[in-house]
Amino acid sequence: MDLFEYQARDLFAKHDVPVLAGEVIDTPEAARAATERLGGKSVVKAQVKVGGRGKAGGVKLAATPDEAVEHATNILGMDIKGHTVHRVMIAETAPEIVEEYYVSFLLDRANRTFLSIASVEGGMEIEEVAATRPEAVAKTPIDANEGVTEEKAREIVAAAKFPAEVADKVADVLVKLWDTFIKEDALLVEVNPLAKVASGDVIALDGKVSLDENAEFRQPEHEALQDKESANPLEAAAKAKNLNYVKLDGEVGIIGNGAGLVMSTLDVVAYAGENHGGVKPANFLDIGGGASAAVMANGLEIILGDPDVKSVFVNVFGGITACDEVANGIVQALKLLEDRGEDVTKPLVVRLDGNNAELGRQILSDANHPLVQRVDTMDGAADKAAELAAAK
Amino acid sequence: MAIFLNKDSKVIVQGMTGATGMKHTKLMLADGTNIVGGVNPRKAGTSVDIDGTEIPVFGTVAEAIEKTGANVSVLFVPPAFAKAAVVEAIDAEIPLAVVITEGIAVHDSAAFYAYAVSKGNKTRIIGPNCPGLITPGQSNAGIIPGDITKPGRIGLVSKSGTLTYQMMYELRDIGFSSAVGIGGDPIIGTTHIDALAAFEADPDTDLIVMIGEIGGDAEERAAAFIQKNVTKPVVGYVAGFTAPEGKTMGHAGAIVSGSSGTAAAKKEALEAAGVKVGKTPTETAKLAREILAG
Repeated sequence: MDLFEYQARDLFAKHDVPVLAGEVIDTPEAARAATERLGGKSVVKAQVKVGGRGKAGGVKLAATPDEAVEHATNILGMDIKGHTVHRVMIAETAPEIVEEYYVSFLLDRANRTFLSIASVEGGMEIEEVAATRPEAVAKTPIDANEGVTEEKAREIVAAAKFPAEVADKVADVLVKLWDTFIKEDALLVEVNPLAKVASGDVIALDGKVSLDENAEFRQPEHEALQDKESANPLEAAAKAKNLNYVKLDGEVGIIGNGAGLVMSTLDVVAYAGENHGGVKPANFLDIGGGASAAVMANGLEIILGDPDVKSVFVNVFGGITACDEVANGIVQALKLLEDRGEDVTKPLVVRLDGNNAELGRQILSDANHPLVQRVDTMDGAADKAAELAAAK
Repeated sequence: MAIFLNKDSKVIVQGMTGATGMKHTKLMLADGTNIVGGVNPRKAGTSVDIDGTEIPVFGTVAEAIEKTGANVSVLFVPPAFAKAAVVEAIDAEIPLAVVITEGIAVHDSAAFYAYAVSKGNKTRIIGPNCPGLITPGQSNAGIIPGDITKPGRIGLVSKSGTLTYQMMYELRDIGFSSAVGIGGDPIIGTTHIDALAAFEADPDTDLIVMIGEIGGDAEERAAAFIQKNVTKPVVGYVAGFTAPEGKTMGHAGAIVSGSSGTAAAKKEALEAAGVKVGKTPTETAKLAREILAG
């Protein structure tokens, strides 16, 4: 889960990483009081999870509370690269910046450990610095069990060649930033820029934090950080039902069991769509191993509730789950939805293979539901589902 | 022969007495797995009757090894307790720990992997969030259905459980030496490369099928490894060509960020290493058949 800048700022502050004062607001008028609390001037910053907001006009300096209201009025509701601005942060204006650095901790998948990246050339995208001047970027592996001690922090500072006069302060920031990384179960904590200001202090002026959703069981406060407003309503409804669902922009609704098989199903449907007017998958939905009638009904309800969906492809390989249970699940789910008065009119193509596939297919044949068609190979079923979507 | 697991493997189950652990212990037994014990500190000294087989429950992994000579542990321990359970298995120096548990925090996986390395890599970890591995006709350590296929000469390594099953099903008439599900998490103990190296060295494997998916660069690194070190034919499949950037596709590790982790890049890297890559699971199976038919 990626956080907004203001949420990252709050987490940094919680773990004593030096940051500027700031608060988040969602109405223009609130910018006035917030700016007054900061002594009459502020920076108004759009809160969106995408880079380049400064260029898009999403960051403005306000010399007076009135100006802050004016900027907030303009920025709230603004579209930045497809992201609508629902909130702005009213931040303390930065003291005079002397230098801009970059520091981060992240997961290093390739080496199965954590990594520190540090550079004295901050302020711009670190990928750009790494590409053009690789010698200016210091990458230091961090042992997950040893972490970032003061000694390790000094190693990073030396590797990135931070100037001697900020070495102590940067090392201190690194230890606190690591604290944030570990205690919040983060996958990424990034400060860019980490600014040296005229007084000689170093301050985290902007940051990115990404949190591990698997750690929610021990991070009860993280639920409140979820961006429920911007979430697609179908995704929000699916999440409320504990379904693993991602909305996509096509016409063929997809239900399958197992993340890999569902990803594969999306591809197979997209290939089949090339022969049927370019129809594409409308979603990713993994109903997992159990696939009971109730779960199937919940899944079908979400998919059938998507106005973009023209046909549905149910692709199940019965591993531990038996296909007869899945088939019963589909039949019961359709009945359940019809009994609930849902609008069940979209055609379903069902492919069942694996454990008890014959029994499952028989159940579907016996039920003889007018909307359900059986196709017994994955590629064939994908083709049929694409054809039906294109015909609508 | 096969890889990592064979008829001589003595298997214990950590988390056996829970509902999932019981269900799968029963299935593993039915597949002929030599299950010698379970581990649960609160039920130490008792035993569990599974379809007429008495399975003793030990207090610790170390005790289970001492009493039974166990050399494989399969873990069904819930996410919150998984790190401690894996660390215990590493401390007991069990040669193979198969972590089935889904939803383990990445910091925990990073910690137990680093711990295994610091202890000299005496324990091979498979997973987490994986279906385990099967050597058909010999032993089954995990949740891969034992009745899809039979013993044969294809080796399979995959990030995804259901795609493993699908591929085993497609090639069921030929059969498999071993099939290993390595899991779809960002940090995993055993990689494609580890399995490829083992299959290359296994005299019972003639052809290797490798299934990957979007996210990370494991497939690219596997491609480089194949080019240098694998002489047996390899057939590949990558899932997630149509996945959009920035959306996690079910597995915590399956995400395209920027230009990295795309299926197209993985396919290209594999093909450059001489791997035949199928567009769909069915086409991939067909490529494997063609190679085996000569």
